[in-house]
Amino acid sequence: MRRFADLHLRPDLGDMEQAQRMIAKAAELGYKVIAIPLSISQLDKYKDQLQVLCRERGVDFVSRVDIKPRTSSELTRILRKIRRKVEVVGVICDSKAIARQAAKDRRVDLLNFPADARKRFFDEAEAELASRALASLEIDISPLITLEGPPRIRLLSTLRREVATATDYGVAIVVSSGANEEMLMRRPLEVAALTMLFDMDRAQALDAISKTPMSIVERNREKLSPNFVAPGIRIIKRGNDCP
Amino acid sequence: MPIRVKRRYIAVKIDSEATSSSKDFMKALWDSLIKLFGEYGASKTGATLIEYQDEEKTAIIRVFHKEVETVRAALATITKINDKPATAHVIKVSGTLRALKNKLKATKKRST
Repeated sequence: MRRFADLHLRPDLGDMEQAQRMIAKAAELGYKVIAIPLSISQLDKYKDQLQVLCRERGVDFVSRVDIKPRTSSELTRILRKIRRKVEVVGVICDSKAIARQAAKDRRVDLLNFPADARKRFFDEAEAELASRALASLEIDISPLITLEGPPRIRLLSTLRREVATATDYGVAIVVSSGANEEMLMRRPLEVAALTMLFDMDRAQALDAISKTPMSIVERNREKLSPNFVAPGIRIIKRGNDCP
Repeated sequence: MPIRVKRRYIAVKIDSEATSSSKDFMKALWDSLIKLFGEYGASKTGATLIEYQDEEKTAIIRVFHKEVETVRAALATITKINDKPATAHVIKVSGTLRALKNKLKATKKRST
């Protein structure tokens, strides 16, 4: 059975009750794994608290940090600082330079672009870099629900092009809610149905809300485990256990 | 031989603090279908309201079986019913009304 994941829930962390309600709603809608992006300064303050709230609802909490750097060097500096502390790292790509740097950095898991179609820089060059570095393209569904008319038409057209490019270059796609309130949260199958608006087929859509995000989380959890040495090498016995 | 039209019955749960009538719900659904797929696309869904329960805030709609995902997408983009914040979630889909009601009963039993 598929385990559905929503790696981009965005409650207002100043209001813990709202976060609690959104976690409960995610559990009710059928999600087993969720991530709430935190800033670096919020990480120590909220990570444990959110983990407890998720455990109460039987949901697996994934620690995620979203970086919104101003320059490429700021991005690499932040990555050096946080990569070993969190399970998922997302980069909000506000400019082409940031998008390119994020796509080629192996420490970045998710490339997230603003809903404004003019600020989405996922083209062939970006896809090629991302496919080499194992970064995934993250698509948020909430703008599709909130926008109407020409802005939604432009966004759908851009998303259709991005999905085709990602598929051509073998870049994994992760579809998340991007919801900042409960009213924007949808069931996994509803999210999959919405992806058909930008020409994702059903199997690809289901993978984008289950298999792909789960593989990112599992890969990073393995890397963060104390037994991890290098990809494919891990410690299975220590000290006196060794013959 | 005429081709038998296959249909699907969709149970929908309306998530809203305000009450709304069946007319308001269907208007929201048609508006959403027309916005996303145009009048031509909406006409192909064959969406018909079969049952609407005010108190439980549930509805059952019948659609052509090839258009289930179209209607699911349209339902997912509903954010308001009668100008009040609302969402609509698909609970179950089935090929017959009886099977759908049985499934709903079973789900209800399991949750209590």
